[in-house]
This record gives sequence, structure tokens and C-alpha cells, in this order.
Amino acid sequence: MAEESAELDGVRAPLVQLRGVTKSFGAVQALTEVDLDIPAGRVTALVGDNGAGKSSLVKTISGLWEPDQGEILWHGKPVHLRGPKDAEDLGITTIYQDLALCDNLDIVQNMFLGHELLRRGSLDEPTMEIAARKTLTDLSVTTIRSIRQPVESLSGGQRQSVAVAKAVMSNAQLVIMDEPTAALGVAQTRMVLDLIKRLADGTVTVLMISHNLNDVFEVADQIAVLRLGRMVTVGAASDFDSQVVVDFMTTGRSDRTSANGDTHDGH
Amino acid sequence: MDNPTAGTEAASESEPSPAADSVDVDSGGAPEAALIAAAPDVLAGSLSEFVAAWWRRIRAGESGALPILAGLLVIIVIFQIQQPKFLSAGNIVNLLVQAAFFILLGLAEIYALLLSEIDLSVGFVGAVGAAIVAALISPPYNWPWWAGVIVGLAATAAIGALQGTLITRLHLPSFVVTLAGLLGWAGVLIFIFDSDKGAVGGVISISSNKVIYNLVNGNMSPVTSWILLVVLVGLFAFFSILKTVRRRSQGLAAPPLSITIATIILAAAAGVALVIVCNINRGVLVPLRGVPWVVPFVLAVVAAASLMLSRTRTGRYIYAIGGSPEAARRAGINVSRIRTIAFTLASFTAGLAGIVYMSRLGSISVGYDGGTYVLYAVAAAVIGGASLFGGRGKAVHALLGGVVIAAVYNGLALLGISTAGTEIATALVLLAAVSVDSLVRRRSASSRT
Repeated sequence: MAEESAELDGVRAPLVQLRGVTKSFGAVQALTEVDLDIPAGRVTALVGDNGAGKSSLVKTISGLWEPDQGEILWHGKPVHLRGPKDAEDLGITTIYQDLALCDNLDIVQNMFLGHELLRRGSLDEPTMEIAARKTLTDLSVTTIRSIRQPVESLSGGQRQSVAVAKAVMSNAQLVIMDEPTAALGVAQTRMVLDLIKRLADGTVTVLMISHNLNDVFEVADQIAVLRLGRMVTVGAASDFDSQVVVDFMTTGRSDRTSANGDTHDGH
Repeated sequence: MDNPTAGTEAASESEPSPAADSVDVDSGGAPEAALIAAAPDVLAGSLSEFVAAWWRRIRAGESGALPILAGLLVIIVIFQIQQPKFLSAGNIVNLLVQAAFFILLGLAEIYALLLSEIDLSVGFVGAVGAAIVAALISPPYNWPWWAGVIVGLAATAAIGALQGTLITRLHLPSFVVTLAGLLGWAGVLIFIFDSDKGAVGGVISISSNKVIYNLVNGNMSPVTSWILLVVLVGLFAFFSILKTVRRRSQGLAAPPLSITIATIILAAAAGVALVIVCNINRGVLVPLRGVPWVVPFVLAVVAAASLMLSRTRTGRYIYAIGGSPEAARRAGINVSRIRTIAFTLASFTAGLAGIVYMSRLGSISVGYDGGTYVLYAVAAAVIGGASLFGGRGKAVHALLGGVVIAAVYNGLALLGISTAGTEIATALVLLAAVSVDSLVRRRSASSRT
């Protein structure tokens, strides 16, 4: 496992490194000795069956839980995340499935919520609106009619885009996305996947949890498979195909040979 | 076109060309990015575009203040047909004065409603504030009016902070805490009357204090009224044109200048009509004319509340918490602090309402019916357009709702209809307003999917 991730290290330095991260709740072992390198500026997909420990891992990286053992390295230096605020201050933003948007506020208001700009003591709406529009345009989010419309009037994909733009605006270096396409239709899923690709084109690193292997293979540069709280394999997405990933997810191993794209259209 | 790629993209926008068909144009490319900036709804270049966008919004169910204005018109027409005195100068001024109390109490309630909470105590909290002011400025204490007002309003703010703290720190439902407030502060009110030596038969008179008494009963001179109107309209015109021009120069969405000017003219016309009506002699024996001081006072309070809600972080966070407390918490907002502030503002504004009520009657009495008034406050807020479910509502909604409540109240009294009839009629108006609101919202929700 460690050797596999080392291959990617040569390409780009890891933004986050997990070393032997272990977390248990009484008798329940949520994470056991998890190692994971998340390369900067890439999309890493975290896959696994229900209860494999995906959410536990995300909660550890986003500062909600402190690991019992092991350490988290950020830019190569060990960090202690004592709360979500610590993670946020480092530049780690987590987008949960419920997106945490205020339906009654408009897009600009949501994107700046908690970080409003002030000018002479009152809210500086023009500056915020220009910055929000620039971020959305940079991400090529173009289907939104007006950035002054309330978020409740947006489609699922558009809401996801606003949540992502909000994360980008807060200068997030690592954006963790929990099932970003779970509730979306075909066209909306396409929109969000394109958005994720564009994110990783820039300087943002993405860690994505997904059940949908088609989505994973579409956007991921690296795939990490969790099973029963253990990291069973990590490797470049091109080294896997769907069937191999399913084997790893269900049995923790795969006997199939699937070297470098030979079985690329395996599914 | 020197650049062939640029030519392709431009062509694909306007007309299908062979090149556009053969070349795979990136769907997320530059031509579509312009859509955000150029959306007609936002950056309406002309009057007709703006009207079209406005009409679209109405059809989509975002009707704003339109139904309530239509409802007010219906109420006025009905009463005027039944009783021609309804639109006399004297009665219009009377109606405005009655509305002042309901507007301020409704505004107090809106702070709680915006959080998706309720404050049942505003009725009696206002009376407690007024009674404290009355006791301090009347014999035996004889404090100056401003000192009494400061202490009275500080007391109401402290009551709000206390209730807000109980709600946020002990995680108690606002309904229960403020219901306890409704009962408890009613008791405190009686206690004040019992212990104040200046109270005669459960009444503290303040009519000897000219400043407090004249807040509602005193009028600006006709000349002062005109000067104030010119100043207010001038300021309104200056700031709204400045805002429009500035936004346009930054390339941001702004209504066309003609709409801004039309709004200013409309506001000026309403102001002129108000001043003209108030300047008509409405006295019976002695001449009585001019705009009551309470009118600019209420406008100032509503304007201050509007600015606070729309231009400050505190105001923005009140809306955010009303929309989604969880999202607000994750955005790093101190939810408990903001909620406590909102309940403090509610009680403080209730204190202002109590002072206006006391000024109008020249006294405050132990018979004050805070239990009924709080229901009028909720009714005024909801009729005006604030949502009971949080996150939606503006300060100006209290203004509209308060005027409607006062019109119903005043009109029915003018027709000589009993208290029983008045209460039933007010209830029906409230039901009608909420039904319209609910129907409009349902339509706007279904038009989205």
C-alpha cells in the first residue's frame, strides 16, 4: 500500500498524509492503521462499502474527530486538528451532502456567510457581488440566471456548485466532498463532475467520497479503497477498473490483472 | 477576425456554421460565461425589460407587497362606502396614530419571527417599560423625561436579553419562555402600579409631561412638516440614485434609472399626500393641523431596523439563522449570541411601542391588555408579509401590517361595531392574509420544479 502511493509522490508532493491513523469507539474499530497520501492538485476518490470507514476518515481529516493513534501531516508537517475550525484555518473545507446553505439567502450572501466584507461599518455588497461572480465565472458555473436569486430557487447541481464556489472563495486548499452526485440527475451530475475536474486543474485538491464508480473513474486521479476500517489499496486510477475496485471493496483483494488501462473499458 | 478559434465561438453563438458543427466547442467556455453578467432579469437595460422581469417575478409567485397593498385598498374602499367619514382628515390622522403602536409592536415580533421563533411577551414587556417611564417622570420622582425613557428602555432591553439567554443557554423553546414572560411581566406590571405612590386607581398619568405626551398628541407645524418632507425625500432620492449609479458603474445589476426615479416620485407623492391631509384643519373647536410627531418617529425606527437587518452582519446572521441554523453554525456564526441580540431588539422595540401607547392615552393603566396586543403584533407582522417559519420578512412589513390592523380596528369602531365583531373581523383579515401568503408561496414553490 505504502509503495503504491509512493509512485504518486514522485509526480507531486502530497498535501495531506495520514500515517497509521486509528480511531475506535469502545469495541468498535472505525479506522485501523490507515495510511493515505493525498497528492496536491489532484482528485482522490475514497471508495468503500457502507460502514467501511469513509465517513470516519473524512471526519478525522476535517477535524471533527481526533485520531486515537497515528498522525496527520499537512504539507509534510504534523498537525493536530482539535476542531473543524482548526481544519478550516489550515484550508480544509468539507462539503457535506446537505451542503449547509441557507435557502432564504441569495448566492452572494451564502458564499460570504460568516466572512462578510464590510465597508465603513456596513456590508459591502458590490465588492462581495463582484468577487462572487468572478469565482463562479472562474469555475465556469454559467447556468445560474442571477447571483442575486435565493439558493432555494436553484437546482441540485447548481446548489452543489454554489457550495463548491463558497469553498474556493474561502481559499480552501483541500475540498472534501461527501457523495457530491448522490442526489443528482444525469445532466446535473455531468455539471458537478466537470466542476470537480476544473477544481483540480487549479491549485485545489479534492477528496471525494462516492458510491458511483462511473463518477469515480471519470474524475479521480487516485483511488483509495477502504474496507472494514482498513485501507486495502491506494493507487492511480488508471491502474484500476471497476471490477477490480469492486473486488477490493467487497473482499479486500483482487486476483484480476488489470495493468495500466488494458481493461480500461471493463465496465 | 484574425483568430480562427474566436471566430468559431462567436459564430456558434449567433448562427450555425459548418465550422461550429465540426469543431467541438467547449460547452463551459467563454461565450456562456457572459450569461451571468448579461442576464436580463438582473441588468435590465430599459424600462420595458425591467417591467417584463418584474411581471415574471409576480407570475412566479414572488409578489412582494402587492397582495397586501391590494388588500388594504379593498378594506379602505369598503369602509369608505359604509362610512364616508373614514377618509376624513381627522380620521386618517387618527388611524396613523393608532397604527404607530401596532407597527412598532409588529416590528418587535418580526425580530423573533425572522429566527423562526416567537415572542409572546412583547405586549406586556412594552407596558412594563412604559410603566417604568411613567413612574419615574411623574410625582413623586419627577425625573426628566429622557432619564425616564433611558431607564425604561434599558429595562425592556434587559428583559429581552434575559429571555434570550434563557432560550439559548438552557435550550428552552421560545414559545414557553415568552409565554412565561407574558404571564410574569403582566404580574410585574401590576406590581409597579401597586408600589408606585403616583399611581391613582391603577393609572399613572403622564399628560403633565409635555415631551412624552406630545410624541403622539403633538403635531409639527405645517411648515416644519413640509421642510421635513423635502429633506427626507431629498435624502432618499440622493442615496437611491447614488446606489443605482454606483452599481451600474461597477457593472453590477441595478434597476434602470427611470425605475429609481419613478420610485422616488412615488415616495414623494405619498409623502406630499400625507402632509397635505395632515395639514388640513381637523380641529373641532380650535384649529388643529400638522403631522403628528409620532409619524416621523415610527418611520425613523422602521428605517433604522431596515438598515440594521439589511446592512449589518448581525442582520444578515438573523436571516441566516432563520433559514438554516445548522448552516449558520457551520459558517462560524455565534448562533446563541445573535439569537439573544434578536430577542433583546424585540423587547427594546416593544418598549418603544409601549411608550407610544402611553403617550397616545396620556397615561398607562393596569388594565392594559398585553395578551391581546401581542396577538395583534403577530398578526401585523404576518399580514405585512413576514413568514411564521423564519428567514423571510422585512421591517417595512410591520409598517404595512400595522396600517392594515389599524384600518380594520379604526373602521369597525367607526361603524359602531362591537368589540366582539372587531375581534372576529381582525381574525378573518389575519386568516385571509396568511391564506393568500400560503397560496402564493405554494405556487412559487411548484413553479420551480
